[in-house]
Amino acid sequence: MHAFHRRPAAALGAGAVALALMLTGCSGDSGDDSPAAAAPVSQEEIDKAMATPTTLTFWEANKLQPEIDLFQAKYPAIKVNLVDAGSGPDYYTKLRSAIKAGEGAPDVAQIEYHHMPSFILEDSLADLTPYGAAASKDLFAPFAWSQVATDNGIYGIPQDTGPLGLLYRTDIFDKAKVTPPATWADFAAAAAAVHQADAGQYITNISPSNASATLGLFWQAGARPFSYDGKETVSVKLNSPEMKQVAQYWQDLVTKDLVSTDPDFTDQWFQGLANGKYASWTSAAWGPVFLQGTAADTAGKWRAAELPQWTAGVKASGNVGGSANAVLKSSKNPIAAAKFAEFLNGDHASAVKLGTDVPLFPAAVSALSDPALTGNKNEFFGGQEVTKLFTEISPTVGTDFQWLPFMDPVFESYNQTFGKALTEKGSLTGALDAWQDEVVAYAKSQGFTVS
Amino acid sequence: MTTTAEKASAPTWRRRQRIAAYLFVAPFFVFFVLMLLVPLFYAGYLSFFREQLIGGNAFVGLDNYVRALQDERFLRGVLRVTLFLLVQVPVMLGLALLFALVLDSGRLRFASLVRLGIFLPYAIPGVIAALMWGYLYGQDFGPFAQAGRALGLPVPEFLSSGWMLASIGNIVTWSFVGYNMIIMYAALRAIPAEIYEAARMDGAGEFRLAWSIKIPSIRPSLLLTLIFSVIGSFQLFTEPQLLKSISPVVVTGEYTPNLYAFTLAFSRSELNYAAAVSFLLGILIMIVSYVVQLSTQRRERQR
Repeated sequence: MHAFHRRPAAALGAGAVALALMLTGCSGDSGDDSPAAAAPVSQEEIDKAMATPTTLTFWEANKLQPEIDLFQAKYPAIKVNLVDAGSGPDYYTKLRSAIKAGEGAPDVAQIEYHHMPSFILEDSLADLTPYGAAASKDLFAPFAWSQVATDNGIYGIPQDTGPLGLLYRTDIFDKAKVTPPATWADFAAAAAAVHQADAGQYITNISPSNASATLGLFWQAGARPFSYDGKETVSVKLNSPEMKQVAQYWQDLVTKDLVSTDPDFTDQWFQGLANGKYASWTSAAWGPVFLQGTAADTAGKWRAAELPQWTAGVKASGNVGGSANAVLKSSKNPIAAAKFAEFLNGDHASAVKLGTDVPLFPAAVSALSDPALTGNKNEFFGGQEVTKLFTEISPTVGTDFQWLPFMDPVFESYNQTFGKALTEKGSLTGALDAWQDEVVAYAKSQGFTVS
Repeated sequence: MTTTAEKASAPTWRRRQRIAAYLFVAPFFVFFVLMLLVPLFYAGYLSFFREQLIGGNAFVGLDNYVRALQDERFLRGVLRVTLFLLVQVPVMLGLALLFALVLDSGRLRFASLVRLGIFLPYAIPGVIAALMWGYLYGQDFGPFAQAGRALGLPVPEFLSSGWMLASIGNIVTWSFVGYNMIIMYAALRAIPAEIYEAARMDGAGEFRLAWSIKIPSIRPSLLLTLIFSVIGSFQLFTEPQLLKSISPVVVTGEYTPNLYAFTLAFSRSELNYAAAVSFLLGILIMIVSYVVQLSTQRRERQR
């Protein structure tokens, strides 16, 4: 199992939550209107809290002990217990159960951006505004900040992000006499050339089972399928013109059998990356290091580039994955927990370590200009400064992308609509309509107003 | 049997024995009540409510059940496992019976080795079995596909929508054929040898023996394996759940009724509806099991 933010979780939760409700006999209150903002905490109180012996529990799937050590060196009174509580669906089940049970929840938890709204809706996360979190805003990539901050408060500190680029095999591209495509139109032409040169190879794979990855491509094209007002109103625009335009583009490639449609993060897909079935991968910034572990034999043959663009010369990208560190409302030490999350992800030295020790792409802007990260010449990519390239892509990610407060059914529905159409070479635009209908029906059944 | 004299002479001893007996079964009953009955009743209670992300919890009576009976996804799942049952169960039990009879005939060398070999898959956890078969079925790297390519033969796409149910049936058969065989084989060993001698005196061959004596003699075991298999088919969960990660578009969250209940509870936050679906499935299993038992018993009486 690889890191946490690499797959959309098909979450569990409700069941565990109900079980916990049964055990505790309390009733789940679903995010009432924003509570009155708490009074800001004074610097004196903060200093006192940081000097008081405290133990924090931190749930995180990445091995961040070195970064925690930095924090503890600065604040010796605070001890942080790092707990790897797993990842994916099981992780969220555990977290939601602990929250509902009223005990056993950590002080600080890693939560993927697309799950943030659901935890905010359930009123599980502490607003970090009183602890001065707003001052950290400029430390982070703008779109990452937009994933944790709403009009009502700041519910987490961004940890890492996944701006999208293109990782491609130079040998296959050379054989087909194509160069990294600057636009999607070029990409389609290159797709034909690659498949013509070798019928067993495809320029890329589009996954019928990874909504998060596919949504990244829609994100790049300017589509904004979801919005949520933080209360009871959602808007769902999965079949908007922008969405359909992108679907139409892939429809053409899928129908002509110029891209493969294998489920990703399966054995078959790993094999495909390793044996050249896929000549490129539209990958997030955490992909390059992941690829080295998966396709070690292909070292030196890969290069990274920007995603092809919809409009020549206009640079835009999307994002796939990434997490925030949130402070749970139940934490007995909210000040220390908030400052820990800020330090771990916002402190320059700590954020640089995130990028060098564990293969995360830090959300902290300052770390992304540190030579320790940007100067890293990656042998697997023929000595290319891959991290540097992704730091240049990062600012081009559109900032206003929102999620619904229930992403699991949306992801599940993707497999049965869009994914099914990809696999069966059916109508992708029709699939967007079906996906839209299913998500709207679900939202209404859960009592949301759909605008 | 105790006589009245004994009863009169040792009432305390009797009572003590009775208490001891209850103490012996107590641990089981404590767990039975806590781990099965309480959750069961709680699930039943839940199925009469409806909780939403917005708007909280409300009593809705039988609404969830009405919805389930009209729910195409649920009904399709039931239909799918019914089809599975009609094909997979006869094949599996037929094979198990054949192996049991062959082993029992004593015509095999290394019989114990063969017996162990057939039984071994049952010792492999279902999770591991499904993962292993998932690899074997693979289109690009699976041995079947590779052999097919090497020999220039077409190999079916085991994980495509047309083949998936058969592929799952194969995994289940492979896993449970040994288990059912052992039950039948044990029953066969219990048949007294004199009956065979008498039959052989009358000139019956091995096949005649099997057909006229062995199979009728082990009818109760056959019925037992049939009931277990029927229940197992309706409860199909592990194999599709694991193949779902390999073939997520074919095996959707509603592939079998159990998988659907799981998806409703853990992915769609519709716990109350999931409870209703589970209960309906339980009722359905009871009805089917009862019908199977009744029909075979009637045949018993007619004989």
